[in-house]
Amino acid sequence: MEKPLTKHIRPDGSQLELKNYVRDGGYQILRKVLKEMAPAEVINEVKAANLLGRGGAGFPAGIKWSYIPADKVAEPSRYLVCNADEMEPGSFKDRLLLEQHPHQLIAGMIISAYAIKADKAYIFLRWAYKKSEIILMKAIAQAYEAGYLGKNILNSGYDLDLYVHTSAGRYICGEETGLLNSLEGKRAVPRDKPPYPAISGLFGKPTVVNNVETLSNIPHILENGAAWFKSISRTGEGGTKIYGVCGRVKNPGLWELPLGTPMREIIENYAGGMRDGYKIRGALPGGASTDFIIESQMDVTMDFASLVPLNSRLGTGTIIILDDKTCPVAFIHNLIKFFALESCGWCTPCREGLPWVEEILKSIEDGKGKESDLEILKFHTTYCGPGHTFCAHAPGAMEPLQSGLIYFRDDFMKHINDKHCPWRS
Amino acid sequence: MMVRIQIDGKYYEVKPGKNLLETCLALGIYVPHFCYHAALGSVGACRLCAVTKYKTTEDKTGKIVMSCMEPIKDGMVVSIKDPEAKAFRTAIIESLMTNHPHDCPVCDEGGECHLQDMTVMTGHNYRRFDFKKRTYKNQELGPFINHEMNRCIQCYRCVRFYNDYAGGKDLGVFGSRNNIYFGRYEDGNLENEFSGNLVEVCPTGVFTDKTLKGHYTRKWDLTNGPSVCVHCSVGCNIIAGERYGVLRRIMSRYNGSVNGYFLCDRGRFGYEFVNDDQRIRRAQVRNTKDKNLEETTPEKLTTKLTEAFSGAKRWIGIGSPRASLEANFALSFLAGKENFFHGVSRKDNELVKTAISILKNGTARSPSLKEIEKADAVLILGEDITQTAPMTALAVRQAARNKEMEAIKNSGIAGWDDYARREKAQGVKCPIFIASSFTTQLDDLAERTYRASPVDIARLGFGIASILNKNAPSVNNPDGIQKELAQRIAGVFHDAKTPLIITGVHSGSRDLIYAAANIAEALNLNGKKVLLSFLMPECNSMGLGMMDGKSIEDASESIAGSEYTGMIILENDLYRRADEEFLDSLFEKCNPVIVLDHLVNKTTRKADILLPVGTFAESEGTLVSNEGRAQRYYRVFPPDGSVMESWRQIKDLAKYSIHSEMVSWEKFDDVVITMTDRLNVFSKIKGHMPETDFRILNEKIKRQTIRFSGRTAIKANINVNETGVPVDPGSPLVFSMEGSDEIPPSSLISYYWVPGWNSYQAINFYLDEPDGSMKGGDPGIRLIEVSEAGHLSFFDPVDLPFKPKNSEWMVFPVNRIFGSEELSSKSPAIAERIEEPYVLMNRSDSEEIGGKDDDLIKLTLATQTIEVKLKIKDSIPAGIAGLTVGLPGMSFIDLPAWGKLTIKKVK
Repeated sequence: MEKPLTKHIRPDGSQLELKNYVRDGGYQILRKVLKEMAPAEVINEVKAANLLGRGGAGFPAGIKWSYIPADKVAEPSRYLVCNADEMEPGSFKDRLLLEQHPHQLIAGMIISAYAIKADKAYIFLRWAYKKSEIILMKAIAQAYEAGYLGKNILNSGYDLDLYVHTSAGRYICGEETGLLNSLEGKRAVPRDKPPYPAISGLFGKPTVVNNVETLSNIPHILENGAAWFKSISRTGEGGTKIYGVCGRVKNPGLWELPLGTPMREIIENYAGGMRDGYKIRGALPGGASTDFIIESQMDVTMDFASLVPLNSRLGTGTIIILDDKTCPVAFIHNLIKFFALESCGWCTPCREGLPWVEEILKSIEDGKGKESDLEILKFHTTYCGPGHTFCAHAPGAMEPLQSGLIYFRDDFMKHINDKHCPWRS
Repeated sequence: MMVRIQIDGKYYEVKPGKNLLETCLALGIYVPHFCYHAALGSVGACRLCAVTKYKTTEDKTGKIVMSCMEPIKDGMVVSIKDPEAKAFRTAIIESLMTNHPHDCPVCDEGGECHLQDMTVMTGHNYRRFDFKKRTYKNQELGPFINHEMNRCIQCYRCVRFYNDYAGGKDLGVFGSRNNIYFGRYEDGNLENEFSGNLVEVCPTGVFTDKTLKGHYTRKWDLTNGPSVCVHCSVGCNIIAGERYGVLRRIMSRYNGSVNGYFLCDRGRFGYEFVNDDQRIRRAQVRNTKDKNLEETTPEKLTTKLTEAFSGAKRWIGIGSPRASLEANFALSFLAGKENFFHGVSRKDNELVKTAISILKNGTARSPSLKEIEKADAVLILGEDITQTAPMTALAVRQAARNKEMEAIKNSGIAGWDDYARREKAQGVKCPIFIASSFTTQLDDLAERTYRASPVDIARLGFGIASILNKNAPSVNNPDGIQKELAQRIAGVFHDAKTPLIITGVHSGSRDLIYAAANIAEALNLNGKKVLLSFLMPECNSMGLGMMDGKSIEDASESIAGSEYTGMIILENDLYRRADEEFLDSLFEKCNPVIVLDHLVNKTTRKADILLPVGTFAESEGTLVSNEGRAQRYYRVFPPDGSVMESWRQIKDLAKYSIHSEMVSWEKFDDVVITMTDRLNVFSKIKGHMPETDFRILNEKIKRQTIRFSGRTAIKANINVNETGVPVDPGSPLVFSMEGSDEIPPSSLISYYWVPGWNSYQAINFYLDEPDGSMKGGDPGIRLIEVSEAGHLSFFDPVDLPFKPKNSEWMVFPVNRIFGSEELSSKSPAIAERIEEPYVLMNRSDSEEIGGKDDDLIKLTLATQTIEVKLKIKDSIPAGIAGLTVGLPGMSFIDLPAWGKLTIKKVK
């Protein structure tokens, strides 16, 4: 099984140093790309590889890049931004790559920046990832020293400066346009699209924002080709995926597997299945803002397309397990608390709706709920839907709730009728 | 080239490039909204304007989109009435109501509340939320604005107006999620000069008019009148509201050509002089025994006046730049043209007349504020316009943004998409150059600021003209900076499509006016037309200047030694315009002195006969703004006591002289007819504004909404018999709620109301399109138009540059928005904001005299010595010092003038 993203990662989890990375062939692809390929060729290769964005939305990276104006003279400034603000509850896959394989990301960013003709790139890093910050800064300094960043990289004539910017800490900074506003020093309120960042992004210039994992795939695609990238997947969507499992399994963690590995296989074969005494009831496939998949549906393959018919989505591909000894209402309440707290406060349904939902869930959990509360909850799941709110934050927040109301309605009703939480005591 | 869209099954031809919400509002279609404001653009925050958009006419589901962010596309199919969209909008209100306090009965906004309107319009009427509401602590924001944050619905309009539109810096948004807070970083005065607009921009009662709160009444109980602000020469339109004989508040009256939706704080909060207890309400006569002025009876007054008119051989009339055209004309008519004087100093008279002659004879166009907003290059010569004509400054701030349209040209971003437009444009601005003697509030907009004495500023102007066209005379020995800057500005103005020069008379320098005229003529010879705005001190400086008449000094000189001369002074405190000694002797020379005014001042104290006249709120009159726009104000309530309109008081004086024609004047219209017949310069006014007998289908125009209450009870404490409705002799307006339901002509609009919209937002349905013009045309008529064949000779430039003197400083006038204007300074709220008089110097000059910030300085000028505080401003060039003018307690000082400054240490 090919594991391009993690094959060089050291077993003890320590950071892969530059010299070791280079010895294993790292950064070599830059010579070919920067000296022998035109930026448009790079874009075409990535398009052909069908690399879907690994940040949660799954938008094809190559297509996103192709929206950047090709005319560098008319639009001289453009930016590449790496979204390293991993704050989706349950997601910790980017952290692995940042802490343990920073040069892969840097190499990926150099190639990507070259493809979109950017001369400045930023890594927008989550505040809490302190270890990553130190490691990244050191790696970047090493890359500059070795001539992989800065002016005239490897005598190719291409210049690139790379900066790390550490966020001040809120979730909405991970939203693409919220990130851009935050990077500019403004409040992290998202922007309306259109205009898309490819037209008006960072400082109003054409910008591409990509996830850490997405960018980490780029060197491998260019080294081995689009066809290879598609071949290591189990679906038509190219590449591998770093999947994660957290919850009451025997072996929670992260594994790089072909994209399209069935959920049950990940949970049973790699996460070791449920701990003794626990049964699986459901799971969120890709972080807090995805819809529940229940046990009977878990043969689904974990790729972008296959989860849609089940009214869910792949998201970040890090699975959160709901076991039979955990109250689904409390589970959902916990997530909604987070989302309500992280609302930026710009638009009405999110700002006012999420706290109301939170209050109701608390009230149900405390045994004070009414049946009419379920109507209000259900109402909010469509009220806070896509297009109704300003960005995807509230729609994401509603995903565990809307699926939870369907699959675990009986549990909700038990809270309401018995006037207490059956899992507490 | 219009496009065709379908809204709820009907087809409409509409303008492309707009958003759906503004298009609907222009069509008179109701779409509930909060955060959209025509002047602020769309941001898509509140989500209330949701409508359903369909892919085709066959698509039956559609999806919800925000109409404020939805661009008009040919063939678009939308529905506002779609049940899903309606339910969504109702749910938005429900969301907002979860935290909104039950304040309606005690909230100032009630009855004129945008939130109330939208709640009723969407139909939300039942509370399902039964948890606790979030609350906030309020802040003290100064004497103008009250802060009540619990009511906030987080529409973000306040900060968008205050920061983005008005350039304010001290109002911010704090917090996140459902804990968003709008306020200052700490309690204190809101510093921006346009903070008062928050009361109209805020859809709830978060920001309300604190001055109204001091004498609160429900808005529906107000009797209103369409009026014009009297506190500067811009001529913003206002609506004044009254109850129980007390003027309660000033609201912005929309004029698409002038002030648009907004007002400045001086105009909004300066009205309380109308309610001042120093109002003169009864005629007063000077007692011959003890020489005191006392109230008198009508009989005694008649006796005294008969005496006066039989005694004096000649009468001189002193007019006023703060009195209406009709009042000034009446006085001129009574005294005779050769005996009528403008009531301003010789210098001020020259400055205004020079400006007017340049506009009349040259090719530069005097712009409306709306035209100023469209300028693409601006040069401000020697005026601190934020202080002297604040709304002009606000217009310049909008003009700076015109460059953004270039920046967004091929991006697909629409001009109304405010945040996207600002992001893409990254603060790019039209070239603005500010030449002033110290920092101004507009400096953040300027490509370059030029700090110099007024002389050198004028020299810069002359230099620009000479570079633009060889025929313009050049300046001797310009310094390096002047040369280089003049080159740059000339280049910009040469290329600009709508260049604008703003200067004025406030610095007391005629050279500035000449320099501006030279630039205009130079451009004219190059085939380019320029906009030229002359800022003047008072609300009718322009109008008075257009009439024949000389100065106060001329008046004094015209009095020969032996003859008895009577003097009639109209609404003018002469002591604000000339030296005390000079005026004292003028008053000595005249007998009797008849003064007409509304408030006690130094001049009224000199009267032998003092006659009470109405303020703008109690009479009609026409004022001409510095644009040259004649606009009329109408009374809000009938004058009290023996107060009369100025022209009527003067007409009554005519009884005692031989003036037969004046005596026949009954109505305001009569004055206008005589005036426009005799003064050609005002002929356009005739027939332009509706006359007293104007009716809409036989009905008069209402001043009160149908909700006005207590009509028969209002005077019941005085007399229980129901009084009749007071007659309004000056207009087709009526002091009641009985009148036409049609929307009247724009100059007669007393309030904004359409079914469902009780708040100021109703204004959108009175306009041809949001941020456009009033339907039927904006109020006012321009009196000065450019003559195509206009031509000016070039004026001679200033010979010598400014040269500092040893131990003397050239003192120039510093105008302040709060304090320099006579009437507004009497409002308690404004008075709170007035600074103590001060003199500005730069640091090294102050070190020369050993002075530090806040030290007391003795300033000795030719005519007087005063003591004021020192304020050090690094931006002031060496050798000059700025002195505040017109502040309460300050005497008139003729500036600019050389003066000695010495420290007078304070213990």
